[in-house]
Amino acid sequence: MDNVYRYFFNVEVMRQSLPFVLNGLLVTIGIALLTIVIGLSLGLALAVIRAFQIRVLNVFIVAFCDVFRAIPALVILMLVYFALPSVGISFSPFVSTLLTLSLVLAAFSLEIFWAGITAVNPGQWEAARSTGLSFAQTLRYVVLAQAVRMVIPPLTNRTIAITKYTAIASVVSVPEILNQASMQQAQLANPTPLTLAAILYILMFLPMVVFSRYLERRHSRGR
Amino acid sequence: MDQIISSYFNLDVLRQSLPYLQHGLILTFWLTLAIVPLAMLAGLVVAMLFDLRVRLLNYALIFYIDLFRAFPPLVLIIFIFFGLPFLGIRFSEFTSFVLASTLNGAAYFGEIFRAGIASIPRGQYEAAISTGLRPVQAMAYVVLPQAVRNVLAPLTGNVIELVKATSLASVVAMPELLRSARIAQGATYNATPLVAAALIYLVLLWPSVRLASRLERRALAKR
Repeated sequence: MDNVYRYFFNVEVMRQSLPFVLNGLLVTIGIALLTIVIGLSLGLALAVIRAFQIRVLNVFIVAFCDVFRAIPALVILMLVYFALPSVGISFSPFVSTLLTLSLVLAAFSLEIFWAGITAVNPGQWEAARSTGLSFAQTLRYVVLAQAVRMVIPPLTNRTIAITKYTAIASVVSVPEILNQASMQQAQLANPTPLTLAAILYILMFLPMVVFSRYLERRHSRGR
Repeated sequence: MDQIISSYFNLDVLRQSLPYLQHGLILTFWLTLAIVPLAMLAGLVVAMLFDLRVRLLNYALIFYIDLFRAFPPLVLIIFIFFGLPFLGIRFSEFTSFVLASTLNGAAYFGEIFRAGIASIPRGQYEAAISTGLRPVQAMAYVVLPQAVRNVLAPLTGNVIELVKATSLASVVAMPELLRSARIAQGATYNATPLVAAALIYLVLLWPSVRLASRLERRALAKR
């Protein structure tokens, strides 16, 4: 028990490493928020474009969607960070991570939005069009309005799962929580900074998970 | 164009890196084979314990599920690999990784199976019991087959996520597919092995990704 205290909850080590890990927290929050904003908007935009059924575009959209759902995020990050420079394209570690996670979230949310759009009864399309709404208006006011509400629970779950992957930024040395904690752990020869990191991650994501549970319950009751 | 081919699709380099990729793929395969069934079984146990409806136990189970859904898998891996040895707890690399992945995956599977069991009216279980089935039989022959069918989409999705997450083992220097590709990349000064690894993931997981989205669309349309 003494060892647990000394190695995982060492107050002295906590005090020394806290400023570093807190700086890491800011970076993690930055990546997470930007990923959510960029990923979800791109996903929604692509789902809307897909609804217009332009065949050439749809081939690309579906391919993008499948590729970025099948390849692990860490592999994509390695490609962006280590392989793209071979053809003269290089991004900073921060941008590489942001790009990777945004594209992955875009692919997953595109699929979810699209599933929502197709789940709206085709009769509603026809009814809305017959009242004189244009295709775009029907999509916006009739179909998306219902589709987005329908997919909120799976979308929230997926968003949390992908946002959690900000930790892979540590692999390309972005100074986020895990990276800072690992460095402090090595420097102080004590894993307490990892405990700190774990606590911060839980403080960040547990409210989101609990919120998603609430959404799910409200959603299933509404049916 | 030439540069793209020589940097990413270089056949000479590919030939040199094939042994690495092959070894990596085998480890990825073994990790998957250990993690997916273990996590699924543990998740099933969590869901069935939840169904006992012991209030205190259920709080504990929900706490476990939400905690590990909020915890980035990479952080858990680092914690187990670099934190536990300080307590004198040492597992082999393989065991450590399987443990981390199973803890994480079982939380997701637990939540999925729990939702599946909750989707079956209690009356079915009671009816099964009243015909003389024992509780375990009622669960195995009546409730679970229907429950699993209701959550097939998220189940498939979670299996895919667990397979993809084996790439995180590269961070703790386990020579699975991604790590082997990085080693080959370092040895050949060429990004072809990385591209090849990404393509291997794509080819292996693409059918399941398609299947998962088809299942998800069907589940959404049924509502």
